[in-house]
Amino acid sequence: MNLTEEQIDRYSRHIILKDVGGKGQEKLLNAKILIVGAGGLGAPAALYLAAAGIGTLGIADGDKVELSNLQRQIIHFTPDVGISKTISSKNKLEKLNPDVNVILYDERVYADNIIDIINDRDYDFIIDGTDNFPAKFLINDASVLLKKPFSHGGVLRFEGQTITYIPGNTCYRCIFPELPPKGAVPSCSEAGILGAIAGILGTIQATEALKYILGIGDTLKNRMLIFDALEMNFRTVDIGKSPDCPVCGNNPTITELKDYEQPVCDLKKQG
Amino acid sequence: MKLVVNGKTQDTEKNSLSVMELIKMNNVKMPDMVTVRLNKKFVDKSKYSETYLSENDKIDFLYFMGGGSYKKGIAV
Repeated sequence: MNLTEEQIDRYSRHIILKDVGGKGQEKLLNAKILIVGAGGLGAPAALYLAAAGIGTLGIADGDKVELSNLQRQIIHFTPDVGISKTISSKNKLEKLNPDVNVILYDERVYADNIIDIINDRDYDFIIDGTDNFPAKFLINDASVLLKKPFSHGGVLRFEGQTITYIPGNTCYRCIFPELPPKGAVPSCSEAGILGAIAGILGTIQATEALKYILGIGDTLKNRMLIFDALEMNFRTVDIGKSPDCPVCGNNPTITELKDYEQPVCDLKKQG
Repeated sequence: MKLVVNGKTQDTEKNSLSVMELIKMNNVKMPDMVTVRLNKKFVDKSKYSETYLSENDKIDFLYFMGGGSYKKGIAV
């Protein structure tokens, strides 16, 4: 693959980076990344990855854009309220960069479709941009079983956490073996998120994906980045793989995918 | 006793302290929701009360973090 004149111009700030260069840019243009959830994390991640020239960008989301999403989900605009998040995302990403082939999966991920979605284009890297634990555990388990790297991201109020799973290393279940017990999910009054914090985290996740594709630097493999935006304090915690992990440990008990239930809090109903 | 909790030094009055007591001291509302790393090792949830801390131990509390809202199915 040879870069066109226009591509050399478009990606010039990448190409002049010693660690990227024309070869690195070609890697990005040949890369396939799947983003699950076109929300607060997925939106900035998708925009930066499209701008970077990721050749194939899959977006999986089954929801429609709601007014309350716009405070943080910056890929969606006011006129998009009511349309599907996948279509809304595609409209922006294609305008941002026609080099990107945007593939849409207008559905939530479940145990019976996530493998097909990942295998659809044999994605190189997955970004977890979901907000709920059943989806987070499902993305982890599917990635471990298919040996696909992925970036976990979680936010709450003014804090965020992220770790990058590279096959053979620490996975999400090494840290959190099971879903939170019912009744232990924070109540509505304790939830909420400052929109820009989702932006910080989604941008970190996009950076991890780009580093992985380029093969440069050190990813957040075997360490969790935790930040508190009120104090603007970032730290990483080294976390080795757990031999007792139910999905990637020495004696895994999870060998196939299943769907989980989670008690929910509906902000609208509870006011 | 000096401990490093979530990257910050904490001076505890007590010299004998279990992981569970430290969790309570730090106002962790839902001990079921926290994974504890003690000197780079996981502490089994069932052993929080019987695991005692020593001077200069490094403890990290790792919390479940999902999204900013808990309405089922929507992305963050």
